[in-house]
Amino acid sequence: MDFPISGTHLNPVLLIATGLLVGVLGGFFGVGGSFLAGPALFAFGVPMNFVVGTDLAHIVGKSIVAAQRHRKLGNVDFKLGFLMVAGTLPGVEIGAQGIQWLKTHGDVNKVVAIVFIVVLVAISLFVAWESLKTLKMARDHDLNKSHSLGSAKTGKGDVSAFAGVAKQLQRFSPPPMVRLPKSGIKRISIWPIIMVAFFGGIFSGFLGGGAGYIRLPALVYLLGIPTHLAVGTDLFEIIISAGYGTLTHALKGNVDILIALVMHTGAAIGAQLGATLTNYIGGPRIRLAFVPLPLAGAGLILYTLLTGHHLG
Amino acid sequence: MRKIARSRSKESASIAWFLLELLGYAAFVVAYYFLVLHFLGGWLKHLFDEQRMVYAVTALALITVQGAALEFFTAWLFNLVRPKGK
Repeated sequence: MDFPISGTHLNPVLLIATGLLVGVLGGFFGVGGSFLAGPALFAFGVPMNFVVGTDLAHIVGKSIVAAQRHRKLGNVDFKLGFLMVAGTLPGVEIGAQGIQWLKTHGDVNKVVAIVFIVVLVAISLFVAWESLKTLKMARDHDLNKSHSLGSAKTGKGDVSAFAGVAKQLQRFSPPPMVRLPKSGIKRISIWPIIMVAFFGGIFSGFLGGGAGYIRLPALVYLLGIPTHLAVGTDLFEIIISAGYGTLTHALKGNVDILIALVMHTGAAIGAQLGATLTNYIGGPRIRLAFVPLPLAGAGLILYTLLTGHHLG
Repeated sequence: MRKIARSRSKESASIAWFLLELLGYAAFVVAYYFLVLHFLGGWLKHLFDEQRMVYAVTALALITVQGAALEFFTAWLFNLVRPKGK
């Protein structure tokens, strides 16, 4: 099939299949899936500048579908999502500017990329350790109130062996303070929320896509958001940040909307399936299944480092 | 025992409705794409070349409609035909 906007000839079945796969991942983990869709588009023959923008456009559609499904399941904290946007957008800009700056400092680029790989592998190992430990504690009936996340009252309670850190952070109280009843948080300073979103935004601007592989564990372990709500809220936040990215990339001529619409035919179905699946799986198991994603992100950076291509 | 069996049957009915709704949604999404390609393909290329700002807004609107409006439409349509209690 010909795509006149980007001047490419692509197999629509491959685009739909890629969309379906990243749709399931997005709906299940609350991630954009750019670590997979970006390299796939590039491998199919889409020019590099169109890869980043077109991927963002399809992420918007897929996140809308998945977030709608999560909203129906009661998994979206809109208040938290809007607060995070305030941190994400400046972070994305700084990350994107960082890319421009690093282009003129080759060695610094290499050092930062290695640091990112270490961070992502560390996240992956940590999530694996924590979720396995939590599952073991649950099996041995060792979990108590200090391991709970969120509120059982809202029906979205979760458990984590690492919940103490989030509880400590919730006691950190520079004003203004906010209540997040949906997430079961009685009182939390606005600053940790903005900082988590800001650092997620930096990764997003630097590496492209939604950077959900950073934000999802940060929401759970640092802010103490139950996993199901973290997934739904992250998706809601991605709609806004990826929508902003789509607009700016479309203005620069980096979006082939016809490719994005084809991919979205698969992604929309996958996102519904992924989001519905979360209803049948507990928080620690979702986190355990999440472990390969940061590793894939690390692989993406390693690829960028070795080849010089920015896959976004 | 009867309660568990009733709950299981209710759950499988709900999954069946979800899959049916998903199938309907998939049909709408694919039809929407072909309609856009047929009626707007040339115009979108023209916008991309000549009026980038309009293209950017239109692109975002098209993907949003495919994501949000079609899902809303499918849910509304299936609510009309769904038997009560499912």
